[in-house]
Amino acid sequence: MSSLSQTPPIVAPVPRLRRRARSAPLARYALLLLFAVIVLIPVYVLVVTSFKGVLETDASHAWSLPHLWTTEAWSQAWTQLSPNLGNSFKLVIPATVISVVLGALNGFVLSKWKFPGADIVFTLFLFGMFIPYQAVMIPLTTLLEDVHFPAGIPRLAFAHIVYGIPITALIFRNYYATIPNDLMEAARMDRAGMLRTFWSVVLPISMPAFVVAAIWQFTSIWNDFLFAVFIITDPAKWPVTVALNNTTGSLVTPYNLQMSAALLASLPTLIVYVLLGRYFMRGLMAGALKG
Amino acid sequence: MADIVLDDIYKRYPNGFEAVKGLSLEIADGELLVLVGPSGCGKTTALRMVAGLEDITSGDLFIGGHRVNDVLERDRDIAMVFQNYALYPHMTVAQNIAFSLKLAKAPKHEIRARVRETAELLGLENLLDRRPKQLSGGQRQRVAMGRAIIRKPRVFLMDEPLSNLDAQLRVQMRGEIEALQKRLGVTTVYVTHDQVEALTMGDRIAVLRDGVLQQVGTPADVYDNPANLFVAGFIGSPPMNLAHATVENGSVRLGETTLPAPPWLKAERVIVGVRPEDLHQARNGGPALQAQVDRVESVGASLLVHFPVDARDAKSRALAAATGGPVLEAVPLTGGEGTSAFTATFEPRSMIRAGERVSVGVDPERLHFFDPDTEQTLRP
Repeated sequence: MSSLSQTPPIVAPVPRLRRRARSAPLARYALLLLFAVIVLIPVYVLVVTSFKGVLETDASHAWSLPHLWTTEAWSQAWTQLSPNLGNSFKLVIPATVISVVLGALNGFVLSKWKFPGADIVFTLFLFGMFIPYQAVMIPLTTLLEDVHFPAGIPRLAFAHIVYGIPITALIFRNYYATIPNDLMEAARMDRAGMLRTFWSVVLPISMPAFVVAAIWQFTSIWNDFLFAVFIITDPAKWPVTVALNNTTGSLVTPYNLQMSAALLASLPTLIVYVLLGRYFMRGLMAGALKG
Repeated sequence: MADIVLDDIYKRYPNGFEAVKGLSLEIADGELLVLVGPSGCGKTTALRMVAGLEDITSGDLFIGGHRVNDVLERDRDIAMVFQNYALYPHMTVAQNIAFSLKLAKAPKHEIRARVRETAELLGLENLLDRRPKQLSGGQRQRVAMGRAIIRKPRVFLMDEPLSNLDAQLRVQMRGEIEALQKRLGVTTVYVTHDQVEALTMGDRIAVLRDGVLQQVGTPADVYDNPANLFVAGFIGSPPMNLAHATVENGSVRLGETTLPAPPWLKAERVIVGVRPEDLHQARNGGPALQAQVDRVESVGASLLVHFPVDARDAKSRALAAATGGPVLEAVPLTGGEGTSAFTATFEPRSMIRAGERVSVGVDPERLHFFDPDTEQTLRP
C-alpha cells in the first residue's frame, strides 16, 4: 500500500480547447463551391453548345452563351437517335429486370439458404467481375454466333445478363447477410419451404438491394459501347451509345449536334438516379428484432 | 399432444467440437421442461435439434412415439419462439400470426377466427394492424407467442424468450407463459440461462454443463438435493455457501468451527455446502459459526449478512464453472486468503451492522457434502 501511495497521481491530459473560427463554414462552402464549379464547367459547355446553331460552334466561342438560342440541334439529335434510344430501352429494361431477379435468387441461396459449397461458388462468381470485357469479346461473339443465339438485341441482352450475375449476386448476398438468420428459421418453423420463404419473407424486405442492383445494371448496360458494337452487326439494332459515336462527322464535327445527342443519351440514366434514388430505404428491418 | 424422448443424443460439429454429449431426456405429454445452464452449455443446440434446425449427429429423437431424426422441421408439427422474436418486419401483427395458417392454405374465415382467438388470448386485439417496429418489447414477445400457439402444434420450443425484456416485464411474462402453457397443455421445452426462471417455471428442470446433462428433477428436488458441486453452485440465488472441510471423529471441522457429522459420512476431506437461508442468527445453543460481519445487504424481506469463514473457498470453482469463465476468488473483505465468503439470511429487523460479531446458527440436517475430487454429492 505504501508504495502505491507514493506513485504520482495519474492526471488526465487537459484537452486543448480549440476556438471554432466563425469563418469556418464560409471557407468550407467556398471550397465546395470551387470544386462544384470545376466539375460543372464541362457540363456548362455541353449545355450551351447544344443550344447553339452550327455556325456558332467553334472553339473560340465555346465559353460564351449562344447569340441565338435554338433547339435545332436537339431536334436533329432526336431524329437521328430516337430509333436507337428505343433500342436501348428494349435492351436495358428486360436485361435489368432479369439481372436483378437472378441476383436476388443467387444472393438468397448463397447467404440464407446455403447449399454445401456455396462459398466456393460465390468465390467463382466473384472472379467473373475481374474479367475485362476486352478479354472475352471475341470468344463471346463467336460462341453466341455458333450456338445461333437469336441475333440483335436479345443476344446483347443475354450477354449483359450473364455479365451482371457476379455484381448482382454480390449486392444481394451482402444485403441478405444483414438479415438475421432467425427470420429464415422462423419461416422454416412456420413450415415455409425455400421458394415460399424467398417469396413471402425475403423479397418484401429486399427493396434496398433491388434499387442498388437495378441502378447499377441499368446504368452499366445503358452506357456500354463495347459489347454493343461487337455483338450487334445490324445498324438498325444499335443502342444509343453506338449511334452517338456515329454522330461524329467524317470531315466536320457538328459540335452542337454532338452535345445535344450526348445529353439526350444520358438523360435516362439521370432520370433513373433521380427517381430510384429516393427509394433507398432505410430502417426497413426495424422492429423485426430486439433493438 | 405428444411426449418427447431424447436418447443418447450427440451433436458434433465438423471442427470436432461436441456441443451436446449423450443427452437423454424424457419429456412427458403436456409437461413444461426447462433446459438450464450457463451460456455455451449446449442447451440451445439441444433445442434446435428437437426443432429440426440442426442435424442430430447420433442418438435418437422421438416425438409422440415416432423417430423424427430424419423428419423435416416442417413435418414435425413444432412451433418455436425465438430469443429475438424474429417477427416478419413487413407484416402486420395479424399477418405475422396468420402466416403459418396461410401457408397451410387454411380457409380465410378459419384464419380470421383463429387470429382473433389467439389475439384475445394474448391481449393483442388492438394491435393487429400494427407492424413489429411499432410495438414494445413485451408486445413483440406476445406476437411471437401468438405465432407459435395459433398452429396448435404438438410441441412448443422456447429459446430464451424473455431474455430481451426488462426485469419487471420478465417476471410478468414468466407467469403468463406458464399459465398459457398449462391452459393449452402443450408439451414445452423452454431454454434459459436464468436459474430463477427455471426454478419458477418448470415442471421439471434439466441442468446442462458443457453439453452433459447434470441433473433432471422437479425444481424443489434439484434445489434441495443437487447432484454435484456445479448444480449446487448454479441453482439458487444467492448461491450456496461452499467451503472445504475435514471430517474426524464424527464431526466436521470447518475452519475453527466443529459441526456434528452425519453418521454415514466416511470421507476425510469434503466440501461443505449450506444454503444462505439455512444459516440464521443463532438463538439458543446448537452448532454455530462465530463471525465478524463484512457487509449487510437488505433485500426487503430479509437481510443478507456476508461474513468470512476461515476455511478454504470452494464456491469460486463452482461459480466459475457455472458462469463459464474465470471468477475472481471470492475472498471476503476481511479475513484474507484461505477464507471463504459466506452469506446468511437474517431477520430484516435484526439490526446487524458491518463489523459486528454475530453467532450464525447452522442446522446440521441442512448441510450438503461433496467429494472434493469428483465434485459429486455424498449421500447416505
